[in-house]
Amino acid sequence: MADQEMPAPGAVTRALPHDSARAHAAGTALYVDDVPLAANALHGAFGLSTHAHARILGMDLAAVRAAPGVAAVFTAADIPGRNDVSPFAGDDRLFAEGETIYHGQALFLVVAESHRAARAAARLARMEYQPLPPLLTTAEALAAGSVLEPTQLMGRGDTAAALAAAPRRVCGELEIGGQDHFYLEGQIALATPQEEGGMHVLSSTQHPSEVQHIIARVLGRADAEVTVEVRRMGGGFGGKETQAAWFAAAAALAAAKTGRQVKIRLDRDDDMIMTGKRHEFTAVYDAGFDEAGVLHAVSLELASRCGCTADLSHAINDRAMFHADNCYFYPAVSIVSHRARTHTVSATAFRGFGGPQGMLAAERMIDHVAHELGLDPLEVRRRNFYAPGRDMTPYAMRVTDNIAPELVAELARSSDYEGRRAAVAEWNRARRVIKKGIALTPVKFGISFTTTHLNQGGALVHVYTDGSILLNHGGTEMGQGLMIKVAQVVADVFAVPVETVRVCATRTDKVPNTSATAASSGTDINGMAAYNAAEAIRQRLVAFASRQFSVPEEAVRFTPAGVWAGAERVDFTELCRLAYFNRVSLSANGFYATPEIHYDRKTHTGRPFFYFAYGAAVSEVAIDTLTGEHKVLAVDILHDAGRSLNPAIDLGQVEGGFVQGMGWLTTEELVFDAAGRLLTHAPSTYKIPTASDRPARMEIRLWAAGRNPSPTIHRSKAVGEPPLMLANSVFCALTAAVAAAVPGAGFPRLDAPATPERILAAIAELKARHG
Amino acid sequence: MSLRFLLDDELITLEAVEPAMTVLEWLRLRARRTGTKEGCAEGDCGACTVLLGELAGGRVLWRAVNACILFLPMLAGRALLTIESLGGTHPVQAELAARHGSQCGFCTPGIVMSLYARSIGGLGAGQSVEDALAGNLCRCTGYGPILATARALATHPRDDTSTLAALRALAADPGPKEIRHGASRVFLPASADELAALCLAHPRARLVAGATDIGLWVTKHLRVLEDEVIFLGGLGDLRFIEETPEALRLGAMVRYAEALPAFTRLHPALGRLVRRIGGAQIRNAGTIGGNIANGSPIGDMPPALIALGATLTLRWGEARRTLALEDFFIAYGEQDRAPGEFIEAVTIPRPGPEDVISISKLSKRFDSDISSVCGAFNLRVEAGRIIRARIAFGGMAATPRRARALEAALTGAPFTEDTLTAAAPRLREDFAPLTDLRGSAVYRMEVAGNLLARLWAQSQNETADVRELADG
Repeated sequence: MADQEMPAPGAVTRALPHDSARAHAAGTALYVDDVPLAANALHGAFGLSTHAHARILGMDLAAVRAAPGVAAVFTAADIPGRNDVSPFAGDDRLFAEGETIYHGQALFLVVAESHRAARAAARLARMEYQPLPPLLTTAEALAAGSVLEPTQLMGRGDTAAALAAAPRRVCGELEIGGQDHFYLEGQIALATPQEEGGMHVLSSTQHPSEVQHIIARVLGRADAEVTVEVRRMGGGFGGKETQAAWFAAAAALAAAKTGRQVKIRLDRDDDMIMTGKRHEFTAVYDAGFDEAGVLHAVSLELASRCGCTADLSHAINDRAMFHADNCYFYPAVSIVSHRARTHTVSATAFRGFGGPQGMLAAERMIDHVAHELGLDPLEVRRRNFYAPGRDMTPYAMRVTDNIAPELVAELARSSDYEGRRAAVAEWNRARRVIKKGIALTPVKFGISFTTTHLNQGGALVHVYTDGSILLNHGGTEMGQGLMIKVAQVVADVFAVPVETVRVCATRTDKVPNTSATAASSGTDINGMAAYNAAEAIRQRLVAFASRQFSVPEEAVRFTPAGVWAGAERVDFTELCRLAYFNRVSLSANGFYATPEIHYDRKTHTGRPFFYFAYGAAVSEVAIDTLTGEHKVLAVDILHDAGRSLNPAIDLGQVEGGFVQGMGWLTTEELVFDAAGRLLTHAPSTYKIPTASDRPARMEIRLWAAGRNPSPTIHRSKAVGEPPLMLANSVFCALTAAVAAAVPGAGFPRLDAPATPERILAAIAELKARHG
Repeated sequence: MSLRFLLDDELITLEAVEPAMTVLEWLRLRARRTGTKEGCAEGDCGACTVLLGELAGGRVLWRAVNACILFLPMLAGRALLTIESLGGTHPVQAELAARHGSQCGFCTPGIVMSLYARSIGGLGAGQSVEDALAGNLCRCTGYGPILATARALATHPRDDTSTLAALRALAADPGPKEIRHGASRVFLPASADELAALCLAHPRARLVAGATDIGLWVTKHLRVLEDEVIFLGGLGDLRFIEETPEALRLGAMVRYAEALPAFTRLHPALGRLVRRIGGAQIRNAGTIGGNIANGSPIGDMPPALIALGATLTLRWGEARRTLALEDFFIAYGEQDRAPGEFIEAVTIPRPGPEDVISISKLSKRFDSDISSVCGAFNLRVEAGRIIRARIAFGGMAATPRRARALEAALTGAPFTEDTLTAAAPRLREDFAPLTDLRGSAVYRMEVAGNLLARLWAQSQNETADVRELADG
């Protein structure tokens, strides 16, 4: 296994820059839109539905076809295979048929000589609709019985009786907004027809295998006839897990029909209108506890707006349930989850995948308990942490790797939480207009796809006769540094400099049947698969060197100074050359399947996760009680990346995840109008954090003692998603500041995102309660 | 009939110029310089940041601007630099890579160009790194490594010798002042007098200053520009800034970034407002005159300028007239500007020490956002009494407008907290705001009134702005 401590000069654990860092800064890193086109290439644009729910009575595309530069127009009728671009449920149409089910749904594709010509033509369709009443909100859909699947239930014990018997009780509700991914590079695909019906597609996707399969399905072709390739994405965050397939399939359809290369690059507004976002949630909690703040029973009711199709909503809502405990033991628990089907864009994967919403509900409930008892919320958090004998999750998985208590204790100490909490209280006593709040919240995030079969990875490693190494694996690069981390792993297998390992585009014709780069699993599964591939080659080299130099295999050692065969030293390059001449294969594929995990979705019990990743953050905020404006003043983070493969990359994930989570909970507001139209569909109206929103003081550290007790690659831990939820501390601190604005009025009702308007409204509501 | 500009100091001459083609399209599709990225095509994300250079006082003035909403004719007589111009090994690039300042890398070229502009002393180089980067969105890093790079960077003056020579040669032989493309005519006047004559001859022509709004008409609304377009970038004589003890007078073509120091000297609150207009690239392109002429109900300058008593000088041929700024805005989309007339200058009286001035821009995000409410207060207080009140709001009506009922309630009253509190409800007589994506009518009304309480707190030197707080 690759879990032993590595010798000092290895690549693993070094803070190496991203493999493309210099190319990024030089502007030479190629994205799909930068690839030179064939002289006769066409550009596509979609015609979009202007109704959230309507019957399509007529679609007159004559003006579209006649527009300048237009080469062809395609509708559902032109699809040779199936009009289905869904990941599994069969309900996502490439083009609407018969009715539209959300505002912005694709109706047709026009391809033209230029991007602008295609966009202009797409707006010329004459549509005839019979509007139907749309279900736009979660509440409307649930009232009408419009759901994706029956309400799901997870739990243990007689919660109702335990709640009734508890000495104290609080109830509350929290609304949590969605979030647009706002990857800087919008959705894009470039399809190039090949001979004999083959199709090559460059796609900005986190899931090339699924894109391949969907293109084959739409074209009525075999998977083997379609090759999908992605070198890098300009950001993904979950937004290119399922969503990229539509655009790749549409480009492939048009390319197959016209025999010409076709590029589809979405304009930013179209991208934000057409593609899915993080799920909006409503959480209702009912907590029973004692005077010490120890929970006796918890009843949580979650409801989410899944939009018009299933997409990945089943698993996303499951993950919300899995994280509604966070780090806390609920002796008796009932978690109910409603999945509303609405006439809005289908909600999809987004960093955290439902976990953030479930976890935020837990933190809100704990804050409420603490407020009720007049205790420091951190103390209440600690008293409810999982502990020996109190270690069973609501889904019947035992928490055996719990480091939350130690990690939180260290952060509380290093951040001077106590002292600063006192200073905040003092400030709030003395000041009228500006109020402050501080909060420390922990994160425990389950690592593995909860759909068990997805936990597999593949890799292909070639060693050439000059000793250079080409690395392929099923994972995709979206900026998270997957390629450099896996390259470090492979370099260490041969004890060569990491520069020896060349990373390249992920391609379905090199590593097949891969899982999405998602669920924070990229390094865990692909790193281990690549390790296995490299190790297979190394074993062959060891056997060969043993024969060649007449030493036992145990005497063959790979070191930075070369390969030792007993007392004899040979350069790695020389060994590779010799091996080739002696007809030893220097290419291997590797495979990895995460062990030990299983899950029964019918009962919502099992061991869905291989392990948990932990972290904690302290945020200190200030609010303006006159305007609702706020600022995050300081943040301290301690995060567990296990034995970090690359601390620089991992710290980047922690900071980036935190700031993205902060945006979700503060400035990023998706506004839909009464007709179901998204009004915030561009950066002019949808506000992700900018440079000055970064807290001026951020202390971010990886937990030095971190080691994964589970045998992951070098005992590292996944780091893509968990840090996003560190931003829950911002929301809890804002809630505390609002409470301080009207002391004695009760626990505030603050919803997310906490825009200035919502903060002012929460203060007003407290004042009204106060009388 | 050609367009002439410099790219890496080399003269580029384009014979056929589509007036509504953006510089970004030209770079990516024609020049095949694909390092400059399209992230939003509306001047908000900065992935397309390039540098424009122009002659200014015997040197080259460089500005970081958004190529996505810059029309090709706006390059006339300018020097253009792109990420490719830097060669890949400039200290900005090396530092950013070494400090882990990129993750997905898509925003990185734009960030490099913004930092490069700062490092060579471009327009706005004196601003904070946060201000310099407010127009460059990054979704991956959380900004820490980028800010650290920016802070660590020394200045690296650019050797502008050859650019200077080439720009001078271009200025000496500027080429045609009119470019035709099919039915469209593009005019490139070089002075206000030329513009006045052009406007008389072509009174329906579209005037384009910084294109920070008109650019979106093309990239987002896919509108076709008028057949006659007058690009104003060559009007160096409308780029004057005159500061006298009585007033600040600005030529209409002064860019926000150029006016910022003078605005700050006029009143610090005005400076704080202007530094929040767009990102640096927008402040480097957008003009004071363009912002007013555009007539947007949510433009950030008008409320403050109205409260400060600004007047406009409008020119029609050789005739000039002066107009109070608030009278310029007649109704939504309608301004007091005759065909063929243009804004030549804005004059803002200098406030006295007895004037209590408070300007607040409220938005979901602090930087580079459009205000939900923008309120500007200018109270003259003598012997404890408010003897004159000029109060204007944006975001509360179809045009930027004065709050006459509130002004009347305050005028003559003692300057006390009670007066302000009692007068606040009068805003209901002045405004009936709308609910939109930036805020509800209820919020707008409540917060507009609360700005009086903020004004009082500020006058008592109480911290009333979270952005002024020290870090925790």
